[in-house]
Amino acid sequence: MKSVVPVLSVIAAIIGFWLLAVIPMNMHLVADQAQRDGAVVMPDTPIARQEVSGIALAVKNPDLIPLTYDFNRPRLPAPQQVAKEMYDTIIGQRITSKRSLVYHGWVTLAPTLLGFVIGTGLGVLLAVGIVYSRVMDRSVMPWAIVSQTIPILALAPMVIVVLGSMGVQGLFPKSIIAAYLSFFPVVVGMVKGLRSPDAMQLDLLRTYNASKSQGFWSLRLPASAPYLFASFKIGISASLVGTIVAELPTGARAGFGARMLVGDQYGQPLVSWAALFAAALTAAALVGLFGLIERITLRRMGMQAT
Amino acid sequence: MMMVVLACVLWALGWWLNVRLANGPGSEQMAVKLAIPLIFGITILIVWELLVRGFGVNPVILPAPSSVISRMSGEGAILWADFRQTILKGALSGYVIGAGAALVVAVIADRSDFLTRGILPVGSFMAALPIVGTAPIFVKWLGSDWESKAAVVAVMVFFPILVNTVAGLKDTTVMQRDLMRTYGAGYWPTLLKLRLPAAMPFIFNGLKIGTTLALIGAIVAEFFGSPTVGMGFRISTSFGQLALDMVWAEIVVAALAGSALYGLMTLAEKRVTFWHPSQR
Repeated sequence: MKSVVPVLSVIAAIIGFWLLAVIPMNMHLVADQAQRDGAVVMPDTPIARQEVSGIALAVKNPDLIPLTYDFNRPRLPAPQQVAKEMYDTIIGQRITSKRSLVYHGWVTLAPTLLGFVIGTGLGVLLAVGIVYSRVMDRSVMPWAIVSQTIPILALAPMVIVVLGSMGVQGLFPKSIIAAYLSFFPVVVGMVKGLRSPDAMQLDLLRTYNASKSQGFWSLRLPASAPYLFASFKIGISASLVGTIVAELPTGARAGFGARMLVGDQYGQPLVSWAALFAAALTAAALVGLFGLIERITLRRMGMQAT
Repeated sequence: MMMVVLACVLWALGWWLNVRLANGPGSEQMAVKLAIPLIFGITILIVWELLVRGFGVNPVILPAPSSVISRMSGEGAILWADFRQTILKGALSGYVIGAGAALVVAVIADRSDFLTRGILPVGSFMAALPIVGTAPIFVKWLGSDWESKAAVVAVMVFFPILVNTVAGLKDTTVMQRDLMRTYGAGYWPTLLKLRLPAAMPFIFNGLKIGTTLALIGAIVAEFFGSPTVGMGFRISTSFGQLALDMVWAEIVVAALAGSALYGLMTLAEKRVTFWHPSQR
């Protein structure tokens, strides 16, 4: 709890920097607009204004500064503009409306969660296979590690289109990408977790004459819980990123990714920024949720949550 | 049909060979440890090739490895130009800028306990966010050449490296710091001789996470606007022309580049953190 004040100050500093940056970023656009509206602007042609920096322009035309915070199509929207747009599109709309961010959020979240469940399920199965089979360990594990260095996320849009051309549409293509991205963190973390019991603990089970399955259910699986939760947190945010990237350049009509792109293409930066922040909030909520489950589970299992 | 049967037979053969190798007497030798995943990978490639031919899979859906390889050898010049634009100009410059900025900010933040406690949670929160979504914004701000890609990459790699460095700089014990004080060492000697070296395992962890992020950022950002060269550009245009073998060729290049960058970091880590228990 003692880190609340420092965290808040860091956030305040970021917002302060943002507020300052709004002025030079939007100054040229505001000056152009003001001149068209008949105001006197210091360097009086747009070409002359291009020569000076946004800061210099703000110093010469101090009366235009307030306008940068309320510009319609800003290069960098002010925080309160983004907040207002988010409020309008999250609370101000019916959640079934195409303009509601809740609707778009669900379009993104549903494949993320489905993919995450598939990915973690398969990941845990493969991890069990790797731990109990020497061949799987030796042949698959190196590739699982190498595969994490491959920028597969960059291909997400292509996978969507290929599957779309094969007639697979809707929730499923995006889920495959989300599943793929959560799969390997879970495999790697789970293998580490299932191997975490030390020789002494395994020996103890052997003195009890415990069978392999008993050893799995009562020692290896519980011991892997902290590792599993760490992988869950990595996996769920990777899944969400994957779904969003999958929506970005594929002409998807709904979802956070689609909103970001639509705002960008139709000159409505506020839409993009609101979608970006809503996606950030969703990611934070998901990671936070898993953190909470982790804490409760580990406490009930008698382990220290980290 | 012959091809499919052959594929099944080859798969069984490869698996049997690996079972023999893994459970055989020489399974702890380095050569065998290397051979098993190689056999596995090559078996998958051959089975893939045979299945694609056997079932007559449309090359628009999945090209055979052989056509990808022939594409790679035929289009070497284009692939090299794309590699230079995306990896060397976009990803690497962004990576260096982001990592450098993260190290500087971490050292500054480390001077005050207040800042450290503020930056750690915010940074690890930011590291989990879909920062790659800022790509369209950066492309709009900085134009479509490599500068915008470098900016996206820099922001993406900044937070993981920052969090790891800040955590690493705290990883010295009171005893070690007291020892430095008895030597009469001030802030800078302590930082350079004790705390930065002690933080190296953490820093390299962040740097390694950053390598994949850098490639992803550079390629994805090119989907939103790029000059007529670059891996992201090539992937999306080849895709439009249904030249999937070219797309796969770019994927192979990206995979090689990603693994090479990661391997380079691992190598550097081994040289720098030779003292750490995990390296001995």
